[in-house]
Amino acid sequence: MRVSLFITCYNDTLFPETGKAVVRVLERLGHTVEFRKEQTCCGQMHWNTGYLREAVPIIRHFVDVYRDAEIVVAPSSSCVSMMRDHYMKAADLAQDTKLAADVESLLPRIYEFTEFLVKKLGVEDVGATYPHKVTYHTSCHSQRSLHLGDIPIRLLKQVRSLELLPLENPQECCGFGGTFSIKNADVSSAMLADKARTVLNTGAEVCTAVDNSCLMHIYGSLHRQRTFVRTAHIAEILASTAGAEGGGQ
Amino acid sequence: MKEQAHSPWSNRSFPEAAKDLLADSQIRRNVRHATNVIQAKRNRVVGELPDWEQLRDAGAAIRAHALKHLDHYLAQFEENCTRAGGHIHWARDAAEANRIILELIQRHAAKEVIKIKTMTSEEIGLNRNLQANGIQPHETDLAELIIQLGRDKPSHFVVPALHKNRQQVREIFQREMHLPDLGGQPEDLASAARTYLREKYLRIKVAVSGANFLVAENGAVCIVESEGNGRMCLTLPDVLISLVGIEKVLPRYRDLEVFLQTLPRSATGERMNPYNSIWTGVHAGDGPKEFHVVLLDNGRSPILADDESRQTLQCIRCAACLNACPVYHQTGGHAYESVYPGPIGAILTPQLHSMHEGRSLPYASSLCGACYEVCPVKINIPEVLIHLRGKVVQQDQKTLSGKLGLWNIGMQAAAFLFADASRLSLAQHLGQIGQKVVVSKNGFIEHLPLMLSGWTQTRDLRPLPAQSFRDWWEQREKTQQTPIATAPTSSDKTQEKKHAG
Amino acid sequence: MPDSQVARDAILSSIRTALRAPAGVDTAAIASEYAALPRLYKREGTMDPAALLDLFTHRLVEYDAGVYRTSAENIGSEVARILSERGRRRIAIPDGLPPEWLPDGFDFQRASRFGEHQLDQLEGVLTGCTVACAETGSIVLQNAAAQGPRSLTLVPDYHLCVVFAAQVLETVPECFARLDADAALPTTFFSGPSATADIEMTRIKGVHGPRFLDVLLVV
Repeated sequence: MRVSLFITCYNDTLFPETGKAVVRVLERLGHTVEFRKEQTCCGQMHWNTGYLREAVPIIRHFVDVYRDAEIVVAPSSSCVSMMRDHYMKAADLAQDTKLAADVESLLPRIYEFTEFLVKKLGVEDVGATYPHKVTYHTSCHSQRSLHLGDIPIRLLKQVRSLELLPLENPQECCGFGGTFSIKNADVSSAMLADKARTVLNTGAEVCTAVDNSCLMHIYGSLHRQRTFVRTAHIAEILASTAGAEGGGQ
Repeated sequence: MKEQAHSPWSNRSFPEAAKDLLADSQIRRNVRHATNVIQAKRNRVVGELPDWEQLRDAGAAIRAHALKHLDHYLAQFEENCTRAGGHIHWARDAAEANRIILELIQRHAAKEVIKIKTMTSEEIGLNRNLQANGIQPHETDLAELIIQLGRDKPSHFVVPALHKNRQQVREIFQREMHLPDLGGQPEDLASAARTYLREKYLRIKVAVSGANFLVAENGAVCIVESEGNGRMCLTLPDVLISLVGIEKVLPRYRDLEVFLQTLPRSATGERMNPYNSIWTGVHAGDGPKEFHVVLLDNGRSPILADDESRQTLQCIRCAACLNACPVYHQTGGHAYESVYPGPIGAILTPQLHSMHEGRSLPYASSLCGACYEVCPVKINIPEVLIHLRGKVVQQDQKTLSGKLGLWNIGMQAAAFLFADASRLSLAQHLGQIGQKVVVSKNGFIEHLPLMLSGWTQTRDLRPLPAQSFRDWWEQREKTQQTPIATAPTSSDKTQEKKHAG
Repeated sequence: MPDSQVARDAILSSIRTALRAPAGVDTAAIASEYAALPRLYKREGTMDPAALLDLFTHRLVEYDAGVYRTSAENIGSEVARILSERGRRRIAIPDGLPPEWLPDGFDFQRASRFGEHQLDQLEGVLTGCTVACAETGSIVLQNAAAQGPRSLTLVPDYHLCVVFAAQVLETVPECFARLDADAALPTTFFSGPSATADIEMTRIKGVHGPRFLDVLLVV
């Protein structure tokens, strides 16, 4: 299958290792990965902060870039949820029927990375080895928008040498929420403190998730506290083989 | 009589008010305990019902239908309630509602009234207004009694005193009921309230209530409660005045079969709350001889005009969204500076004030979606939050200070970058160089300037790596490396190690 | 025009403007739209009668109510036994209560027209009911024969309620189907004795309504 990678703007800028890991996993499974250089952002930051009109050209740009793609895969549930939950609304807001038609045609071809592996490819064992204690944070969009359920857990359970440790209240928000963490920095910090505490309580070496946005936030606290617990996007764990380092931030 | 149309608690923004509450570890402990208990109970009894999603669908559809034809159903309710012996009054705003209720009480020369918990009366500042006119209201719901005697404000609309623990309640009761030897167990406190109020039920002849539902088809009113204080107020006095928001009407009596399943389970985690009262008008030999319904608009009808946010008025005030909200967990209700706190308050309050007040509330959410997930009438709160953020941004952009504000400039700049990949790439390169001024010796960003400074109060930020993904890809294509399918390349490993925490 | 009429017209017109509603209400269209609303939730119960009564009993016990079973011919003697055990003698009764429910040796007072002060002097109340819901452990009272006005079952601190097996339905919708005919009557659902969880979410039995409830199930 020819998979077009939507790396997302923040992974592109901040977490290139995650993108490399996605490429590694997909190529290992025998697929061709392409990267369209015109890609930028899904528009979520603008949309969620209330800059709705400003988000529309970004959305239009995204749709133009991937119009003819066979499959689009993004290692971010929040960006994919932006597309599924809000792109049609954006088209309505712009009263752009062409955009609406394009969105309707494109959406069924867009997958979050783990969703793509399990739901589209039917793969749970991607041949990874990761000799570490890992805990999994259930990001908000992955559960409440994409309804990934136990898909990421099923993938992690197939990773050799990986010890999966349960997280208390895995479904509770880490407090990131994009610009929420800036506009309501104090409340966001309090939410984060709870999340960081539950992560530390697991005794895990690595906290993983399907979203680097949450992980960047969680790691911000773990690092500030000078703990030695790392975070790693699930793609980096799934890409890892034979005692390899799984990336980490 | 002086009364403002709207009575916000203060002009503090959510982040400012939240800061104070976050520093109050007692309140946070109390709120956390209470919301955890209700959440667990709610999840258990909701999980029992295999048709929960169908009940939500039906509830949402009935409420949306009622709102879509609200004029029709209100007129029908008015006609049927009047036929059953009730009197309908219409109040455009808080001042008008206060005036109507005051006149009704004065007509009966009452100096005291008993009240059932009603957030609508909090919304119009009824108690304050009655007291200013020489009438003493007595709250009879245990939590509202705690709030009233403690001169406090409700922080939740099902359990208004959930921010108080038993020791704090005991102190209030000891002081205000003159009971120096009062015990500290919840049973002692409930028993003290029973004794304190029983005499009032038997003596006071005018009661004020809210209502959970109005039924258009027969003019019925429905109130759900737990303690029996509601039944006392609805049954024993000669005069009953119910203040009800215009949105609370249901088309038919049998629609209650949906909401009397979803409301108790969502609100208190019970299969059914101890008491539901349903009545029509007046009934000879049973209950009040005179019954008044005051239908309150107070900013509700304009909300119907907005197709995106009209769903806000579907709310049945179960407060499940408060109990599920991670933001509410941290701050409790007072941070919202509104009678209606939590996620639903964050969308309802600013709209009731035509987006002129509570403008920071749509931002008081991480958009995690927990509220929508539990809502028994499927109000898509995150969606409405974003919609209202859009309104706030548009308002701001109409002012010079808003246009030149850091947020607007930053967002316009980001939109400019995202319009074209070459601009984004250039910005990445500039960032990789420019960030040197903020990166600490340990390789992390520990202090950020201006509006970003809040982030680094408690969090470090990883700096931009030396190479973006798109640059790596370009390099990979140029060098035509063999596929990296088997293992990380050595250069990858170096890169990873460099950034390992 | 009086103020109230002005306010009424203003509110209704504001609603119509907001809804962009056409002039004139098309009640037939609204009715057909209402009829098409999705109602895929469970309406009819599926349990067999024995399991249904067990569920109802279980729910009531969870609410801290006393539950007793008897046959139709033994109601009077069971009432005597329960009241004696509770030590309650002066008992309010509504109009229309079958005389065979009233054993000798108690002071039953026809109290349908009692004021609240008179009711407050009594030690309990004995009634029947209209319908009951097993799934939620609720009993529904209406102002009808053998049930009386609402204050009767509110002011006394103890309530003994006689429920016939045929009155126990499984689901809330089934109860509403039965209540629909007399929907205008004052109606009270009660589920266990009065309770509150307002202090630290601890359920405390008995605040203002009756603190003690016994249910006599007639099978």
